[in-house]
Amino acid sequence: MTDKTAGGDVRLSGISKHYGTFTAVHPLDLTIPQGSFFALLGASGCGKTTTLRMIAGLEEPSTGTVHLGDREVTDLQPYKRPVNTVFQSYALFPHLSIFENVAFGLRRRGIKSVKKQVDDMLELVQLGQFAQRKPHQLSGGQQQRVAVARALINHPQVLLLDEPLGALDLKLRRQMQLELKRIQTEVGITFVHVTHDQEEAMTMADTVAVMNGGRVEQLGAPAELYENPGTTFVANFLGTSNLIEATVETAGTGAAAGSGSEIVVSASGAVLRLPASRCATTPRTGGKLLVGVRPEKISLVHADEEDTIATGRNKITGRIADSSFIGVSTQYVIDSQVCPELEVYAQNIERDSRLVPGAEVILHWNPEHTFGLDAAQSMLAGTMGDAGIETVEESA
Amino acid sequence: MRNPLTWLRRNVVVIAGLGTLAYMILPNVVVTVFSFNNPTGRFNYAWQEFSLDAWKDPCGVADMCGSLSLSLQIALWSTLVATALGTAIAFALVRYRFRARGAVNSLIFLPMAMPEIVMAASLLALFLNMGIQLGFWTILIAHIMFCLSFVVAAVKARVLSMDPRLEEAARDLYAGPVQTFVRVTLPIAAPGIAAGALLSFALSFDDFIITNFNSGNTVTFPMFVWGSAQRGTPVQINVIGTAMFVIAVLVVLAGQMVGNRRKKAQPK
Repeated sequence: MTDKTAGGDVRLSGISKHYGTFTAVHPLDLTIPQGSFFALLGASGCGKTTTLRMIAGLEEPSTGTVHLGDREVTDLQPYKRPVNTVFQSYALFPHLSIFENVAFGLRRRGIKSVKKQVDDMLELVQLGQFAQRKPHQLSGGQQQRVAVARALINHPQVLLLDEPLGALDLKLRRQMQLELKRIQTEVGITFVHVTHDQEEAMTMADTVAVMNGGRVEQLGAPAELYENPGTTFVANFLGTSNLIEATVETAGTGAAAGSGSEIVVSASGAVLRLPASRCATTPRTGGKLLVGVRPEKISLVHADEEDTIATGRNKITGRIADSSFIGVSTQYVIDSQVCPELEVYAQNIERDSRLVPGAEVILHWNPEHTFGLDAAQSMLAGTMGDAGIETVEESA
Repeated sequence: MRNPLTWLRRNVVVIAGLGTLAYMILPNVVVTVFSFNNPTGRFNYAWQEFSLDAWKDPCGVADMCGSLSLSLQIALWSTLVATALGTAIAFALVRYRFRARGAVNSLIFLPMAMPEIVMAASLLALFLNMGIQLGFWTILIAHIMFCLSFVVAAVKARVLSMDPRLEEAARDLYAGPVQTFVRVTLPIAAPGIAAGALLSFALSFDDFIITNFNSGNTVTFPMFVWGSAQRGTPVQINVIGTAMFVIAVLVVLAGQMVGNRRKKAQPK
């Protein structure tokens, strides 16, 4: 559908945005490769929408440049950029029919015979029979598809999506995620997707940039970010993490240590191990380290069965404070001396009837599944209470 | 309908509604009925007999149709100018942050709040001091002035409720500033602009107090009615009044029919 040989890389160099004394985006360098599905993920007010709007040209950067391929577009008006946007809440023109909405971009560029292209595009998003309706006569999901069609018909080098699924209910959102992913694969255009929904970002994107406070916290493939978070914000914002404050016993680095070297830490009597390669900071013996593990990596056994646990695994004792059954799994909250309120997700394959609130249990997991973070940051960054994760994104 | 009290309770809203409607429409009914009167004296205040004479010869009274045509011209021009200016002001007030914005925002509504008679007298003082000949132009200037605030109020409400993303979407879809305004902004603001224009026309057409002070020797339709009421009221005044009422009702009905057809076109 589009000329794939044209350089469609989006390059942001030192781009930033200030509003008076408030800095929405700190100087940012970002390269989004041609044809990729890129997600900007963050809570409300983290600067992700501002970044997107600077690519679209709707916001003028305070410093820095925007390149599309080899062409600098920093000072180009939005209507002169080969970039189109799917707006939050769609922004369909209420006074125009669906057909005219989709044809809008073509007509403004002086293309006379638009009928065939518009009809084809409406077929692509399965809205052929709705061409003569007005936007308010369509459902939310249909309006969303019109918004995508209206942008895609112009064959932009980059398609920008600003929280495009925010207004849809959960089931429709899942469906549209797959639909958008399918369209992206089909047309091969670079998609830049802004969202506050971490599941959405991980499902759809090849690369996710997690933003916080106007900065990119971490950038990488979804699995990489999830398994190896670099900061507590990423660890908490992407899924759930159990973070344990520990003291380093053996740093495990240096010339003697090989690539497979381990760091040994202790926390309230428990000795835990983690691979040096999964530690985001350089540990010092005797220093502090935050040790993290994902809830689904932990196995739970009753205290009576301690001898069944294989040697070499990380172990913590505790007591079940709460458990909730959610069908495919059961989520436990464990109180332990090491850390209050550890979360454990156990698949409901064989359920041990003794694992009820009040029971003494042992948590164990493979040391390979442990990651280490710099202890000089808030353990609560990126949690609900701290970041105020909201469903509504302010545009400024 | 076994219990009259229950019936009353169920229909109290309808009864109150019809009562209010009657209260509002009764004066118009009287005007219409007396347009078919054939009064014996100079005054059309007592019913004599049915007659179509006045309807057959609406311009039969000296100078009346001239004043009517003048009023229509003034109403048309002041509507045009006030709508254009008022729309521009409304957009400026909503969209731009400029120095005197707060002051303009509140001062623009002053003509609405100020007693008309005070405004009329001050305007006259102003015109006389500036040595301007009273007549068509002074009336027009005065009318544009008081129509402006109504247009600004109507258009501002519409522009405020407009999603700014719509214009961003237009700019994103290759529409330059002019195209964005003509293709997106203006059509969406149109209902507000139309409401402001209609209000302007009605206000200007039947204004008496300000016009009376600033007209010099020029006579508009409301002034003609006032003047003739001293010496006698020709039936033709009722004819013009009834015609205006019917035209207004037809315009409203037509508007509603267009709206209904749009609603029917939508499924569900």
